[in-house]
Amino acid sequence: MKRVVITGMGVVAPNAIGLGPFEQAIQQGVSGIRFLPDMERLKFACQVGGVPPITNELLGQYFSDLTLKQLQAHGIRFGCIAGIDAWQDAGLSYPVEKEGQPDWNAGCIFGAGMSGMSVIRSGIYKVDEGKVKRLGSSLIQQTMPSGVSAHLSGILGLGNQVTTNASACSTGTEAIVMGLDRIRQNKAKIMLCGSCDSYGPYVWGGFDSMRVLCRKFNETPEAASRPMSESAAGFVPGSGAGALVLEELDHALERGATIYAEIIGGYTNSGGHRQGGTMTAPNPVGIQRCIDGALADANISPDEIDAISGHLTSTMGDVLEIKNWSEALGRKGSNFPKINALKSMIGHCLSAAGAIESVASVLQLQKNFLHPSLNCEDLHPEIADIIDPNCIPREKMSIPLEIVAKSSFGFGDVNSILVFKSYKS
Amino acid sequence: MQEQEIIEKLTEVIKTYVEDKSVLEGITPETHLVNDLNINSAHLVDIILDTEEAFDIEIDDESAEQMLTVKAAVDIVSSKLSS
Repeated sequence: MKRVVITGMGVVAPNAIGLGPFEQAIQQGVSGIRFLPDMERLKFACQVGGVPPITNELLGQYFSDLTLKQLQAHGIRFGCIAGIDAWQDAGLSYPVEKEGQPDWNAGCIFGAGMSGMSVIRSGIYKVDEGKVKRLGSSLIQQTMPSGVSAHLSGILGLGNQVTTNASACSTGTEAIVMGLDRIRQNKAKIMLCGSCDSYGPYVWGGFDSMRVLCRKFNETPEAASRPMSESAAGFVPGSGAGALVLEELDHALERGATIYAEIIGGYTNSGGHRQGGTMTAPNPVGIQRCIDGALADANISPDEIDAISGHLTSTMGDVLEIKNWSEALGRKGSNFPKINALKSMIGHCLSAAGAIESVASVLQLQKNFLHPSLNCEDLHPEIADIIDPNCIPREKMSIPLEIVAKSSFGFGDVNSILVFKSYKS
Repeated sequence: MQEQEIIEKLTEVIKTYVEDKSVLEGITPETHLVNDLNINSAHLVDIILDTEEAFDIEIDDESAEQMLTVKAAVDIVSSKLSS
């Protein structure tokens, strides 16, 4: 089985765009959550959210005027920016020649959620008005689920597997697990993996109606996303994209690439909506089996995990997640690994969450720090019953890290976990 | 509308779909949209839609299929405008 390392990363997050600014933002605990007037106007209970601060100037650096005209889907734009950044960060050639062959050994698994929602909306209006003829050539490529991987493949000339996965909030982490497997099986040398999602009332309305969004902190947006807090009142919706270049170790060494970390294990499964699991709640047995599966795949013991980048959405699910980790690892109190929640800064970026949080996990591992987990001054007592409060960094913590686990869980009772290890030559 | 005015307006429409703008310099009535201007053939649909909007005309399917050169486009627009 081939070994797989990460050689490039890119990120478009509500609190920063680009790897350098993102690292700085997560070190300093910068929140990207803002009050969104559109949601107030449209009578949303939740009126806060996370939207990456994209400017026209930035878009102009990545896309021609024609591409921008034909690519209005916010999620796909985010995914392409993160993907191009990761590609360049890996030292791979860019821009890529349009002539000649694609790279048959390089592929892309890039997950998506509702990345083209605004485009679907405008298309539906035209169809309803009897103007189907006016949809033009760009609707399908922006609204098909694989729109983002299709765009990236064209931009980068990728000739290996090019696909999009979808598993709700587990999507980004699952994409990386799938890319890991492909390289391990020697079917590809490079896989650009990540995920993206869009923002706005049409994407988030259904969640608002389900009453799963935070509706108590509209006046104090930066306090709204509070994973592990007793006053956590629902998740704060976010958006963006994360991308990682996964590469076969020898291939990376041969071309002298910078190696951020090794991916030593990954696992995905489902709780099957059984044993307490439903469409929206996880089967605890499923989660614990997923943790066991990831540890076995990584061939490590539970004690070797230094830190966990949690799924931790700022809902009642946080308690259950800590409980599941504690039981699966057989670790509690001060013996529990360190754990933090990036969602405290950027909200829950839905299908993009796993990829953005994986970028954060790898940065922390490589630079030996843990970012603060914001807004959990009032730690939930049921969490405090399981783990020592000092396991949760409230300020940036400098700490030697060897192994970091990243977990993501999604609607449909689906789970994905990755195990990253610092790479030493 | 004078032919020169039609050409100018049409060029504006077409220009949007040309990635390498330098090819526009040698544009003549015989210039082929796909072969000479390297326009992605999938975008011909969008050029037809934008042309309809720019001139407030409707281009039927049969005419649309002919709109492959600058001259053909000008002729089609002229005939729609005068009908």
